[in-house]
Amino acid sequence: MSRILLSSVAAIAVLASAQSAAAQTEIQWWHAMGGKLGEAVNAMTDEFNKSQKDYKVVPVYKGSYSDTLTAAIAAFRAKQGPDIVQVFEVGTATMMAAKGAVYPVYQLMADENEPFDPNAFIGPVYGYYSTTDGKLLSMPFNSSTPVFYWNKELFKKAGLDPEKPPKTWEDVGTYAKKLVDSGAKCGLTAEWQTWILLENYGAWHNLPFATKQNGFGGLDTQLVFNDQPRVKLINMLADWTKDKRFVYGGREGKPTALMTSGDCGMELASSGTASTLFAALKAENVGIAMMPYSPEVKAQPQNSIIGGATLWTLRGRPKAEYKGVAKFLSFVSSPAVAAKWHQDTGYVPITLAAAKLTEESGFYKTHPGRDIAVKELTLNPPTENSKGLRLGNFVQIRDVEDQELEAVWAGKKDAKSALDEAVKRGNELLRKFESANE
Amino acid sequence: MEKRVTFNERWLPYLLVAPQMAITLVFFFWPSGQMIWQSVLLEDAFGGRTKFVWFENFKSLFADPTYFDSVRLTIVFSALVAALGLAVSLLLAVMADRVIRGSSFYKAILVWPYAVAPAVAGVLWGFLFNPSVGIVNWLLHGVGIDFNYVVNGNQALLLVVFAAVWAQVSYNFLFFLAGLQSIPKSLIEAAAIDGAGPTRRFWDIVFPLLAPTGFFLLVINTLYALVGTFGVVASLTQGGPGQATNILVYKVYNDGFRGQDLGGSSAQSVILMLLMILLTFIQFRFIERRVHY
Repeated sequence: MSRILLSSVAAIAVLASAQSAAAQTEIQWWHAMGGKLGEAVNAMTDEFNKSQKDYKVVPVYKGSYSDTLTAAIAAFRAKQGPDIVQVFEVGTATMMAAKGAVYPVYQLMADENEPFDPNAFIGPVYGYYSTTDGKLLSMPFNSSTPVFYWNKELFKKAGLDPEKPPKTWEDVGTYAKKLVDSGAKCGLTAEWQTWILLENYGAWHNLPFATKQNGFGGLDTQLVFNDQPRVKLINMLADWTKDKRFVYGGREGKPTALMTSGDCGMELASSGTASTLFAALKAENVGIAMMPYSPEVKAQPQNSIIGGATLWTLRGRPKAEYKGVAKFLSFVSSPAVAAKWHQDTGYVPITLAAAKLTEESGFYKTHPGRDIAVKELTLNPPTENSKGLRLGNFVQIRDVEDQELEAVWAGKKDAKSALDEAVKRGNELLRKFESANE
Repeated sequence: MEKRVTFNERWLPYLLVAPQMAITLVFFFWPSGQMIWQSVLLEDAFGGRTKFVWFENFKSLFADPTYFDSVRLTIVFSALVAALGLAVSLLLAVMADRVIRGSSFYKAILVWPYAVAPAVAGVLWGFLFNPSVGIVNWLLHGVGIDFNYVVNGNQALLLVVFAAVWAQVSYNFLFFLAGLQSIPKSLIEAAAIDGAGPTRRFWDIVFPLLAPTGFFLLVINTLYALVGTFGVVASLTQGGPGQATNILVYKVYNDGFRGQDLGGSSAQSVILMLLMILLTFIQFRFIERRVHY
């Protein structure tokens, strides 16, 4: 009896799924959001799938950002690519150059008659992913920006006011000295050093990172980040490493281990790192403030630039699927969905409406400091130097910068020769990219 | 008289080797051919624009001084991994061979690390030596040594060598132990009766008789050091700090898969493959001659 019941249930289930598969158009979305972020992605697609009957978005976790991009490229070349792929910001130039492979968002939205308002987005978020004449290429999704964190307990121990973060780099030096003198193992550390110390330091002080509007103006761009202010900054930090006022903790997100272990009193890190620090040190012991600046370079900070990833639409799928892709991208950027994503993950809200909605809900009152990232991004209207970066072979250029900076931290090179070398080697990579894509 | 197997059917031997040939063709010759073809192309990541550039990828590789740094590093690294891996495992095998009580326990313990993938070995060693939470670091700090593989390149290289050797010692140990156990006891006993001490017996009898095993392991370990150590480097240092651990095989991966530079990465693969063929050839040509089977 139970056997018959079971098999008939199974048969019905098969029938039902076959029917829904026939009625629904499936949309493949490959992403790089693991762990808690992956759960947030699944919750988002579930909500979309329940909200309508025609399309079913299937999120597939593909590993790291590089893994996801490599998988999507391999699949596209085999004509098996996904509809949507999440690509990190340094892959933007690679995606843009692949003209036959990507379906720009502005064009997709126009082709599918999906309402779309460029002014709804936060300036530096929109600017990073649009053409020089303001057309959006990929849908902003998870964006972050560097902020300043400090450990309030260590501040107290060092006799510093735990509610008063340093404002300038000079202050940071003084604070770091006090922290180290009070027995802290490390004053300051910084994750994603190339993104924060070279790229964002430039935008924050309105200095160009590369010619041709940081690469937005053409493939024949040249790196110029070996300027006097950045040489001075790196030299200063190299000097600080001698007495642990600054401690280098590795590439990408690795230095955060120095902060969560309670070794470091201060850290420059992605706004997305907040939840990790809160979990390790307790929310009331962690402060979030704007990045420090150098008043001698610029009297007031400009605005910060973003990191993170966006959603690119790939070509080569059946026409019917693109209608669903357009609807889904609208859904992702709608105020309520974007606000929920921002609050759940710590990434910045991508639209002004989502920021306003979060503000009105009282979220920032219960989560102090979570609005700092948006404030930094919208501090001033972005300039050519603070709109973002558009460089080919950017992953390798960052590797080169990492290598040269590590030579400085190990005491093998001074800042000037390291940055000069990084610019020279980086320019060779840019020329190679130019040659492959002209 | 030479032993020969004769088949009644002419096609049978071909049929029997066919599966092996098919596997070699599909998994070696075909991808290698693709790699060689890719190494003379310049194309964007999605394959939209492909340009035939002759040896441009090789030229730019040879014009890059950091590439030769990587070659030099790879030679030092491989020599260290192979030499240390063979020496340590030979020592362990000789000692395990002499143990009478509980020998299977020791053997099991020594073989166990082989069950750990190189990538996992990298993560384990990374935890032990982590500058902020590593237990070994904490102990070293206690005796006044500041070990920080994240900043110090030489220490990073040392750590990667140790992790790579640790992951390979078990394999070598197994072969050495089997080699030792196949040496006739009567030979050693005869030498002992003639008055040869343990050291003399090892160098004059055991070592020469182990030479075939040792030679086989030398070839395998060199190849392991060149390509098999990828997992250790990828999980432990990602080639850094600076370029202190950026060995050729990691550079191939990094430029190809992270950097999407397929042409340049393929050119590096071609050179790495030639290097491996050359090394194996040299080993067979010059070292195997001195080995008596």
